[in-house]
Amino acid sequence: MVAAVGSVRRSFAPWNDPASKPFIEFRGVTKRFADFVAVDDLSLVIYEREFFALLGPSGCGKTTLMRMVAGFEEPTEGAVLLDGQDLAGVPPYRRPTNMMFQSYALFPHMSVEQNIAFGLRQDRTPKGEIAERVEEMLNLVKLKPFARRKPHQLSGGQRQRVALARSLAKKPKVLLLDEPLGALDKKLREETQFELIDLQQKLGLTFLIVTHDQEEAMTVADRIAVMNHGKVIQVATPAEIYEQPNSRYVADFIGNVNLIQGRVSASATGATRIEAPGTGAVIELDQAIDAKVGDQVWFAIRPEKVRISLDAPLPGSPNALSGEVWDIGYLGDVSIYHVRLASGATVTATVTNQSRVVERPITWEDKVWLTWSRNGGVVLAK
Amino acid sequence: MERRASWFNVTSVTLGLAFLYLPIVLVVIFSFNASRLVTVWGGFSTKWYASLLENDALLDAAWVTLRVALISATVATVLGTLAAIALVRYGSFRGRTLFSGMIYAPLVMPDVITGLSLLLLFVAVGIDRGFWTIVLAHVTLAMCYVTVVVQSRLITFDRSVEEAALDLGCPPFKTFFVVTLPLIAPAVVAGWMLAFTLSLDDLVIASFTTGPGATTLPMKIYSQVRLGVTPEINAICTILIGLVTVGVIGASIFTKRREVERQRAERLAAANP
Amino acid sequence: MTAAADTAPPAARQRSHPLAWLVVAIPYAWLAFFFLVPFFIVLKISFSTSAIAQPPYTPIIDIFGGLGSIFSALREFTTDNYVFLTEDSLYWRSYLQSLEIAAISTFLTLLVGYPMAYGMARASRAWRPMLVMLVILPFWTSFLIRVYAWIGILKKEGLLNQFLLWIGVIHEPLTILNTNLAVYIGIVYSYLPFMVLPLYAALEKMDDTLLEAAQDLGCPPIQAFWKVTFPLSLPGVVAGCFLVFIPVTGEFVIPDLLGGTDTVMIGKTLWNEFFSNRDWPLASAVAVVLLLLLVVPIVVFQNQERKQQERES
Repeated sequence: MVAAVGSVRRSFAPWNDPASKPFIEFRGVTKRFADFVAVDDLSLVIYEREFFALLGPSGCGKTTLMRMVAGFEEPTEGAVLLDGQDLAGVPPYRRPTNMMFQSYALFPHMSVEQNIAFGLRQDRTPKGEIAERVEEMLNLVKLKPFARRKPHQLSGGQRQRVALARSLAKKPKVLLLDEPLGALDKKLREETQFELIDLQQKLGLTFLIVTHDQEEAMTVADRIAVMNHGKVIQVATPAEIYEQPNSRYVADFIGNVNLIQGRVSASATGATRIEAPGTGAVIELDQAIDAKVGDQVWFAIRPEKVRISLDAPLPGSPNALSGEVWDIGYLGDVSIYHVRLASGATVTATVTNQSRVVERPITWEDKVWLTWSRNGGVVLAK
Repeated sequence: MERRASWFNVTSVTLGLAFLYLPIVLVVIFSFNASRLVTVWGGFSTKWYASLLENDALLDAAWVTLRVALISATVATVLGTLAAIALVRYGSFRGRTLFSGMIYAPLVMPDVITGLSLLLLFVAVGIDRGFWTIVLAHVTLAMCYVTVVVQSRLITFDRSVEEAALDLGCPPFKTFFVVTLPLIAPAVVAGWMLAFTLSLDDLVIASFTTGPGATTLPMKIYSQVRLGVTPEINAICTILIGLVTVGVIGASIFTKRREVERQRAERLAAANP
Repeated sequence: MTAAADTAPPAARQRSHPLAWLVVAIPYAWLAFFFLVPFFIVLKISFSTSAIAQPPYTPIIDIFGGLGSIFSALREFTTDNYVFLTEDSLYWRSYLQSLEIAAISTFLTLLVGYPMAYGMARASRAWRPMLVMLVILPFWTSFLIRVYAWIGILKKEGLLNQFLLWIGVIHEPLTILNTNLAVYIGIVYSYLPFMVLPLYAALEKMDDTLLEAAQDLGCPPIQAFWKVTFPLSLPGVVAGCFLVFIPVTGEFVIPDLLGGTDTVMIGKTLWNEFFSNRDWPLASAVAVVLLLLLVVPIVVFQNQERKQQERES
C-alpha cells in the first residue's frame, strides 16, 4: 500500500533538483518556552506543491513548528520564510496560510455555510463571489445538504470535512493540518487519508501535516520529517524512511525492526561483514557502510524480511540464526513469530499466511532457523 | 451513570428545600390576608395590593432600586468581563496577585466594612452622596461576582476556535466580538443577572453610601420592618417573587427546549454519517 | 504565578493590540480606587478624633497643602479609638460573640447543608439541574424579606409556636425571637445555599466507581462514606465554610432583626456607632480590627479559590 502510493508521483521530486526554489524554509529555528526547548536550531526546506509530514512523538516540537508557520508562535531564534519572504512579525491574520485544527475549532454559533464563508468575509470579498466559493467548497467536501446545519448537528466525519472546507476556502498558499484525522475512527481515517491526497493533487497546493501516526504520514506524504526532542532526525520519502532509516531511532519509530548489535569485521565497496558475537551470527551485506573495521554498529532488519524455516542452512553460511519459537501472534493476514536465540535475545519474523490451512507447520518450541538475504537489512552507526 | 435515590437522600433534599421555601410561601400567603395582623388569617383579600398602588414613597423607592440595579449591573458586567479576561488570558502580569485578591476579597467581605469604606472614600474625594454613589458602590461589589462567573466559563473555553478566526484573517479585536463574546454570552448574561439581584437586594452598602433623596426599596422595607410591618410589604414582595419566578421558569423552559432540539439534531446527525 | 504563565497560550502575549493593556488597566484601576484606597482611608480615619463638623472627624489631611500640612496633621493622629476599644467591654464582647456565633452557625449550616448536597448529588441526572435551580432560586427574592418572614414564624404568637401548641409538644409559647437561637436559624437559613452549592459541586463530580471499588475491597457503605466520599468532598466543605464564616462574622441584618438586646455582633455595633452615635473614627477603628480578625480566613479563601481555578484550567 505504501509503495503503491509513493509510486504514483514518482516523477515529483523537487528535493532532488538543485534548481528548485524552497517554498517554506526554516533557518536555524529555535523556540523556547520558559526553560523548555520545543524546537532546537532546526533547518528544513519544503517545496511548492509538496505534501509534507512532520512526524514524531508528542512533545517533539512538530506542532510548535507548524504553529510558527501559521503565526501563532514566533521563533525565539532563526527565521521562517514563505515563498522567499521572512514571516517575522506578520500576524496570523495577515498570513497566506490556513490551518485545519486538531479539534476542528468550528465556530459553534455559526452554520456550516457561515463557517466556510468566515475567512472570505474577512477579506471583504464581494457577496456573490463568497456564495460561489462556499458552494464550490460544499461540493468539494460533499456537504451541500448540510449547509444550514450548526456544527453540533453534524457527525465527527462531517465536522472534519467542514473544517477542511473552511481552511481551503481562501485558497491558502499553504494548508496546515494539525493531526487532522486524530478524532476519526480507524476505517474513516484510512478513507479520508486517500481523499486528502486526491484533494491535494487536484488543488495543487502545498500541504503541511503534523501527525504522530506513522502509517498516516507514510500514506499521505511525499516526504516525511521524523522529529524528536525538537530536532529533525531524518527527512526523506516514506520508502526511504522505511527501508533506509539513518538511525536506530527512525528504524524503531517507523514500523517494527530487529536490531542486532555487532562489530564490523570487513568493509569494502559493495560488501560488508559484521560479526555479532552475542548471537553467534555473521552478517554479510552487499553494500558499503559508513563505518570502519572494528566499529560498533547496529544491524537492523524488518520482520517481514526474515525467513523462518525448520531446515538448517548450509553449515557456515552467513545471515542465519538459530533459536526456538517462543510465541506466535496470529493476525489473520500474517503471523508473527517471536524466536528466542540461545543468547536470550528475541528476533521477530513475519510470515504471510498464503493458504487457509489453520495448522501451521511451525509451532511453539520448534527449533527453527532464521535467514535473510544480503540486501535485506541495513547497518546503522547512530 | 444513574444514581439511586435512597429514602435518606430524598428526605434530606425535601426537608432542605422546605426550609428554604417556607418563609417565601408564607410571605405570599399573607399578602392576601385581609387582617392587618401579620400572623393571623383574616380571610382572602387583595386590598394590600390596591393600597400599594397609592403608596408613592414605596413605589418611588422601587423605581430608584430598579434604576440603580439596571445601571450598576450593566457597568459591573462590562468591568467584570474585562477583569475575567485579564485573569484568564493575560498570564502573569505585574500585580496579578493583588488583582486577584481584589476580585475575591469583596465576595466575602462583610457588607458593613465595604459600605463604611466606600462612604469614607466618597466623603474624602468630595462626591455628593445619593443615587450615583450607590451605583458606584454596587458596581464595585457586583463586578467581582461577574468576574468569577465569566472566568469559570473562559477557563473551559477552547482557544483554538479563536485561533481559527485569526488564522482565517480576522484581527484580534474583531475576533473577540465575532467569536469569543457570542460563545461566553450565557456566562455574561448569568453574571449580569447575579449583579442585578445583588443590587436589588442590598441594604447595608446602600445605607452607608446613600445621601438625601435616594432611598432604595430595601432601605424602605428595613425602616418599615423596624417600625412594625405593614402587609403592603408582603404584597410588594409577592410581586417581586412572582416576577422572578416567571423569569426563571421562562428561561429554564427556553433552555430546556433548546437542549431537546439539540439532542434531536445530534441523533439526526448520528443517523447519517 | 509561574504556572499560570506557562498555561496561558502564547498567542495572547505575543502580538497585542495597542489598546490591549486597557483590559487589565480599567478593572484594575476601578478596584484599586473603589476597593483598595478606601481601606487606607478607613485606616487613616481610625486614627482621627471625632468632631462635630462636616465631615465629623479631624484632622483632615489636605493633600494639596504640601508636606508641612501633612506632617502637622500626622502629629494630631491618635490611637485613642483603639485604646477605647480595649477599655469598653461592649467591643471585645461584640468581637468574641461575632466569632462564636459565626463558628457555631457555620458548623450548623454544614450539618444541614451536607446531607442536602449529598442527596442532590445522588439524585438522577435529569433531576440535578432542577434541584440546583431550586437552591439558587431563593437568592432572587429579597434577603431582607426572607429574614423578615422569619419574624412572623418565630415570634411568641408566631406560626411555629401555634404549630407546636396545636400538636401538643408544648403548653406555653416558647420565646425564640430576639434570642441567639433565632439568629442561628436566620443565619443557617440565609447562608444555606452558599454551603450547599460548593458541597454539591465537589460531590457531584465524584466518580461513583470509587465507592464501588471501596465496597469491592470490603469496605461497608457507611465506612466508605467516611473514608472515600467525605475526604474527597473536603475542598467543597472548606469553600462552603469560608463563604459562610467570613460574611457572617460581620453580619448586620440578621442579628438586628432576629437577635435580642444581648446579641451583640460587631456588624451591628459598627452600624450603631456610625448611624446612631455618628462617631466615624470609632466606627473605622471597629472596622479595622474586624478586618484584622478576618484577614487570615480571607487570604486562605483567596488562595483556595485561585488554586481551584488553576486546577481547572
